[in-house]
Amino acid sequence: MIEGLRTGHGGQVDRGRPVHFQFDGRRYQGFAGDTLASALLANGVHLMGRSFKYHRPRGLLAAGPEEPNALVTVRRDAARVTPNLRATQVEIYEGLVAESQNRWPSLRFDVGAINDFFSPFIPAGFYYKTFMWPRRAWYSLYEPRIRAAAGLGTAPTLPDPDRYANRFAHCDVLVVGAGPAGLAAATAAAQAGARVILADEQAQAGGSLLSDAAGSSALIEGRPATQWLTQALAALTSNPRVTVLTRTTAFGYFPHNLVALSERITDHLATPSPDAPRERQWQVRAREVVIGAGAIERPLVFSGNDRPGILLAGAARTFLNRYGVLPGTRAVLVTADDAAYQAALDLQDAGVFIACIADTRAAGAAGERARAAGIPVLNDACVLATQGRRRVNAIELARRTDGGLAERQTQPCDLVLMSGGFTPSVHLHSQSRGKLDWSEALQVFLPGASPERCRSAGACRGVFGLEAAVGDGSAAGAAAARDALDPRRSGVDPGGAAGRASAQVAPAPAQSAGFSGALPVNGRVRGRAFVDWQNDVTSKDLALALREGFRSIEHVKRYTTTGMATDQGKTSNLNALGIVASALKRTPPQVGLTTFRMPYTPVTFGSFAGLQRGELFDPVRRTPMYDWAAARGAVFEDVGLWKRARYFPRSGEDMHAAVNRECRAARSGCGIFDASTLGKIEVVGPDAVTFMNRLYVNAWNSLAVGRCRYGILTRDDGFIYDDGVVARISDQVFHVTTTTGGAPRVLAMMEDYLQTEWNELKVWLTSTTEQWAVIAVQGPKARAVLEGLVDVDLAPAAFPHMSVARGHILGVPMRLFRVSFTGELGYEVNVPADFGRAVWEAIYERGQAHGMTPYGTEAMHVLRAEKGYIIVGQDTDGTVTPEDAGLSWAVGKSKPDYVGKRSLARPAMSAPERRQLVGLTTRDGAVVLEEGAQVLAQSGAPVPTRPLGFVTSSYFSANLGRSIAMGLVSGGRARTGQTLYVPTEHGEVAVEVTGTVFLDPKGERING
Amino acid sequence: MLLINCPYCGERPEPEFVYGGQAHIARPAQPAGVEAQDWADYLYRRDNVRGVHAERWRHTRGCGRFFNALRDTTTDHFLATYKVGEPRPAAGGTR
Repeated sequence: MIEGLRTGHGGQVDRGRPVHFQFDGRRYQGFAGDTLASALLANGVHLMGRSFKYHRPRGLLAAGPEEPNALVTVRRDAARVTPNLRATQVEIYEGLVAESQNRWPSLRFDVGAINDFFSPFIPAGFYYKTFMWPRRAWYSLYEPRIRAAAGLGTAPTLPDPDRYANRFAHCDVLVVGAGPAGLAAATAAAQAGARVILADEQAQAGGSLLSDAAGSSALIEGRPATQWLTQALAALTSNPRVTVLTRTTAFGYFPHNLVALSERITDHLATPSPDAPRERQWQVRAREVVIGAGAIERPLVFSGNDRPGILLAGAARTFLNRYGVLPGTRAVLVTADDAAYQAALDLQDAGVFIACIADTRAAGAAGERARAAGIPVLNDACVLATQGRRRVNAIELARRTDGGLAERQTQPCDLVLMSGGFTPSVHLHSQSRGKLDWSEALQVFLPGASPERCRSAGACRGVFGLEAAVGDGSAAGAAAARDALDPRRSGVDPGGAAGRASAQVAPAPAQSAGFSGALPVNGRVRGRAFVDWQNDVTSKDLALALREGFRSIEHVKRYTTTGMATDQGKTSNLNALGIVASALKRTPPQVGLTTFRMPYTPVTFGSFAGLQRGELFDPVRRTPMYDWAAARGAVFEDVGLWKRARYFPRSGEDMHAAVNRECRAARSGCGIFDASTLGKIEVVGPDAVTFMNRLYVNAWNSLAVGRCRYGILTRDDGFIYDDGVVARISDQVFHVTTTTGGAPRVLAMMEDYLQTEWNELKVWLTSTTEQWAVIAVQGPKARAVLEGLVDVDLAPAAFPHMSVARGHILGVPMRLFRVSFTGELGYEVNVPADFGRAVWEAIYERGQAHGMTPYGTEAMHVLRAEKGYIIVGQDTDGTVTPEDAGLSWAVGKSKPDYVGKRSLARPAMSAPERRQLVGLTTRDGAVVLEEGAQVLAQSGAPVPTRPLGFVTSSYFSANLGRSIAMGLVSGGRARTGQTLYVPTEHGEVAVEVTGTVFLDPKGERING
Repeated sequence: MLLINCPYCGERPEPEFVYGGQAHIARPAQPAGVEAQDWADYLYRRDNVRGVHAERWRHTRGCGRFFNALRDTTTDHFLATYKVGEPRPAAGGTR
């Protein structure tokens, strides 16, 4: 630290606890209680960043979350890297390592600063207008370069090793902000018996009180303000019904009074406990919300207003009184507001020489006080320019007269304080969809009516002044507790059916309105006056946008980028609005504000992810046979949440070799396949058959008990939604299977019709997917394997294809299906899931004598495609009718109605040019088409052309010794025998249109 | 995140529910006799209300029941929730 930049006493820092830290590789010392910003100032470091676009040297503008310039990266280790933190919010700890951003090679010498010399040529919209040609270069060349040169910090590249917690909480009254108004509100609500959560983004509660001088004469409720703060806080923290959260930002307001809080738990600690989460995200459902968010001081827009050493008056006061840091030695205050005079007086008391107060307004009472303290005051002042490169060293001032300037003067200084008045922080209120009302008296937007149950109190609704803010907070807290505890309220009832008007009485203005817009200057303006520090937007950029025809403030924002990035216009919005309104000769409310969006300040991704990462990202569903397959070296694939065995490679086999072997085994001997993931729904009740008739396209009356049928489900638009085998277990019980991925949506659709359309039907639906383990035994030897294991007569006459029987296998109760998704003789053994593995192993054991081979989903796909069996979602896409898919044989045409029938009767549904599922055979059987490839009518068709359709399924079939494919092709079945063309990255492939059954067209193998 | 008053279970947070689109669209009793345009309207045409909207919700991760709700789309306030088959309450009514 530099001697003389730190006051000897006072403030919230602990001078007995020095803390060492690094900034850009240099070691510095601060005190416990410092922020990175205050500690750097105490070391005489004002240059903390480079601006976004022009790379201008920048210092601190503010002392809080609104800081736009001093964005830093904090690096704990290789993985723990957090960019874009406001130095004003980073608490220092022993060993902290921070770096400046957007500069190369160093902050003091930054090559990118060349942009500043070219700045006249790169106004708003420059990039849009210039880098238009060649168009492709935008992505490959221009944008990457521009992004590298203009920018914020760099995202970390390693996985985040920290843990993030989340918590749901309910309370009667949530108070946001622990300044005077918020503390008073929480106190009043707690005294009324409410359960209260009080959240504040800073390390300490107190808000603006923390920025008061130690010897401040301010009184609250008759007590010194510091004493009031200590006592109020003690009462709140000792109350078991009150939760006080510091370092906790209320960043988002969501419907029904849900407020999201981001609590930072370990970022301020030198050695965080490994047990502690880094952050905790709270979702607080509050019966009532009191917002005490305070107000943010507005900068003044004058030429050269962005040099390091030019900061908000209130920020300087905070650095002095809270951190005991002198931000300069010789200061000039430029103000449009009375409150800033206190900053000049406090700094003078601390020994800073105040060279001049330049008040943009006519002479007033505040000026008299300053003059009495010996400070010269220049009224009707304007700023012509400032000087200094890495730190301001002079400011040129003058008095505006009618049409001219007087008292031109150049004041040497190393500190310029400015204040354009205070902008109430209406962010959260606005996020609650609350209206904003323009206050003529205060020339700011104030909270209006909100659909949510929230109130604003204190400076954030224009109630300035300590005593007034405390009174306002108290009243809001008491009213919130009264409404929250109203016994007539049922439940949490946050929205409030009655739509309580939450508009509060407009406050009486307690002070002058300040100024928004560009400070008027008589004569020609030199240099640039910044409106948005973070995005390098000047008053000229805004004027340019208006000249180019932009009128909506939302468009002006996007064209100039004013109000974007991490500060979200906290310091710039109202000035930008003032400039636009005055240029358009409209009032600010006629121009309107841009939307306030969450988050109020940036929130880490980790805090949103919480514990849902890695293993906990999604549930994993495993079948009872999973471990068996894993022990055999199966390769798994994700199907929805399921892990399914894809193939079982033997040593040295790749996927193709394994799949070819598995496919041959299923057709030559027998295969065993885990079909447990198939969706299963038990449809039960006296009206079950009626229900099935109304829902599925098939005719179910004719399905006898003990028989199965391939069922198709269409939506009422006539398109295939799902399919699967349906078995009639008894007169009133159907065992419905669905696709693996379709089970939840089919059950939801069934419930929908049952509950809302046909609730007269006596039917009950139960998902049984996970109750049954399903073992498919497929192949010519399937019967031989199962005979003797089951107590069902498997003789073809007794148990033909599409039969179902209840029985036992090895004493385990079973539903045995004779069904086939391979075209071979096949059975599916359904046993209770707990017996799945044991029965599987017993069947496998018995099958070894018959060459039984386990096969996975990949072989299953090939085997079914050889037979032309479709997979819903692969061979259909939500625009495919049963007829398109070649399945009209399944439709019960004589039924008066079923879901989808009316739509299928539309003429367009039988138009000859509809896409129909056909087989596509390549001339060269070694060529396997790519699924999704387009199918064209002509060879060498010019691009762009209109395809006839596309390939849906394509495999190499080991059993056929050639490739096979299916596709949806316009008028496909009428094109049988035609040659069509499939463009691929290796050239065009000629294909012949065929039927979809490639193997055993007569279907004889299914009989064994 | 909305807070939804299931008529069977009480107030529960939105993640327990699935939205079911506009309410009170009855499937025609005899679809075969419905004109093409009317059928298309039934299938596809929905109101886009600024204000009170009658809509279906299902308490999927709770009781599993469908029910109807009146929600003001400008404020997200639920004015009422009611069981399937019950008539739509007068808009603006309280629960």
